Amino acid sequence: MNGSGRLERLATGINGFDQVALGGLTKGRTTLVTGSTGSGKTLFAVEFLGRAILRSGEPGVFVTFEETPADLRRNWASLGFPIRQWESEGKWAFVDASADFEEAPVIGAYDFGALAARIGHAAHQIGAARVSVDSLDVVFTRFADPGVVRHELARVTAALETAGVTAVITAERANEYDHVSRYGVEEFVLDNVIILRNALVHERRRRTIEIVKMRGAAHRTGEWLFTIDPRDGLVVIPLAFLVPPFAPASLVRVSSGNTELDQMCGGGFFKDAIILLTGPSGAGKTLASLKFIAAGLYGGERCLAFTFDESREQVRRNSLGWGIDLDSPEESGLLRIVCDYPEVASLEDHFIRIRRAIEEHKPDRLVIDTLSALERIVSPRALLDFVIALGALVRQHGITTLLTSAPAGRFTPQLTPSIAGEIASLTDATITLRYFEHVGEIWRAIAVMQTRGSAHDPSIRQVAIDSGGMHIGEPITRTAGILSGTASLPAPGWQADPSGTESSLPDG
Amino acid sequence: MVYSFRLYVAGQIERSRAAEANLRALCDFHLAGGYELEVIDATEQPGLAEEQRILATPTVVRLAPLPQRRVIGDLSDHQRAAYALGLPERPGPTRQGDEE
Repeated sequence: MNGSGRLERLATGINGFDQVALGGLTKGRTTLVTGSTGSGKTLFAVEFLGRAILRSGEPGVFVTFEETPADLRRNWASLGFPIRQWESEGKWAFVDASADFEEAPVIGAYDFGALAARIGHAAHQIGAARVSVDSLDVVFTRFADPGVVRHELARVTAALETAGVTAVITAERANEYDHVSRYGVEEFVLDNVIILRNALVHERRRRTIEIVKMRGAAHRTGEWLFTIDPRDGLVVIPLAFLVPPFAPASLVRVSSGNTELDQMCGGGFFKDAIILLTGPSGAGKTLASLKFIAAGLYGGERCLAFTFDESREQVRRNSLGWGIDLDSPEESGLLRIVCDYPEVASLEDHFIRIRRAIEEHKPDRLVIDTLSALERIVSPRALLDFVIALGALVRQHGITTLLTSAPAGRFTPQLTPSIAGEIASLTDATITLRYFEHVGEIWRAIAVMQTRGSAHDPSIRQVAIDSGGMHIGEPITRTAGILSGTASLPAPGWQADPSGTESSLPDG
Repeated sequence: MVYSFRLYVAGQIERSRAAEANLRALCDFHLAGGYELEVIDATEQPGLAEEQRILATPTVVRLAPLPQRRVIGDLSDHQRAAYALGLPERPGPTRQGDEE
């Protein structure tokens, strides 16, 4: 076995897992995957073989103690795994150790020599380098004396390693945060341990995967969110590390849908930019998003919008109010609007939906309105993960993306909502809309906080919204503390002059 | 009435030899030698072990008379083994049918 040098990795092909494992499982070693009932252990074992067959036709052996081969063939067909066909092609072999006959009494000493021989035989016959064993606990319930069973299973796994196969062995855990496995299986599967958790947090199921140990090999630590998708199987999130090294950043500019805002950003958004638009409710975020989409549609770009705050009817009414027709581009297929309540799915599932919509619709522009609505269903940290994953996804496809986010209160003293600060560091531009008090009136202000790779207008400007849309005016020069919510010092009266030309813009 | 057994072992190891010796001693005593025994080494013929889905070795399968019976282990406890395999009490003419 590998005594020195770098351990070779074997990619599992499981969505996002290999990124967390920094390349995959260690080749030629055995990995224990434990979890409580329904945590996805069997799926992990099935995908470990199935993904390799789909990708490269690399054969694998599935040792099943629990479900019958017939059940497994049927249950995983939805993943697009034609197990029956693979069996006939010599890519998949079952070692059927499921218990459908009566228990045999044990009289005297025994070992698992026949099991080891059968696994070795099956692997040899189809030339398998991968073996999945699911799940070991059942063996303990079928044979007396756990000590003997443990000892014998240890020999079987040792035989797997000697044979040079990479193995995944599953075992059950009684509790989410307790011993690694029920029967102490981890004591002999020493190399690698992965725990799948399916915990109830704030009345919501939260699935995580954690690589507890991977001997001699670097891996990412901590619990990673994952979801089980009927089509994609296990999907580990974030997929932030999926992205290949950055594609050359686009220098092409596209319109934000507002000429003045384009100017503030130095001539529009970069084609591949992610823009975060923050502001309290009613400050103009939805309007800006709609204009952003309208500008895309006007230029023949494909647009995709996810709204988590409003119903389809509300979106339609809003857009008609601003003179934006969404119906005909939706009918023609240029535009797709998805209205969802955040509560209908977990954040991971929302991510999968968005990813699928992106793959299907292939948009040039994407709007998510608003991230804050999603914050209702998850922790800020999970939302940050979501944005990282989303960012990776849209960068991969070069989609101009507008994310909106709202701070808690209308006159919030916070500069940004709880996580917007961190999210902002992941985006290319952050545009902030604010209300502020000005001599007995409520005014709106806009500022471009940061842009990547170009100069931008550093001033805070007043904003007026009327039936014609959003109009950005002159810089507000005499009021301080607008962004921190402590506006002071009266400024001279400001006249909205939407048609006026900005004269004092530093050119980008 | 012919008693027919198949004994699955894994490798030429002491445990395999013990199981076969114990089984033959049992049959000689209880069946007066009137039996068939086939020994299969799973390490040499894993396909046959797969067919009968043998997990642990040694495993003896009583093929006849029906119903089949299985016992795992080296059969070191003769009394329990004879009972589990449904062997008659003592040598003599076997009765028709299976004694349950």
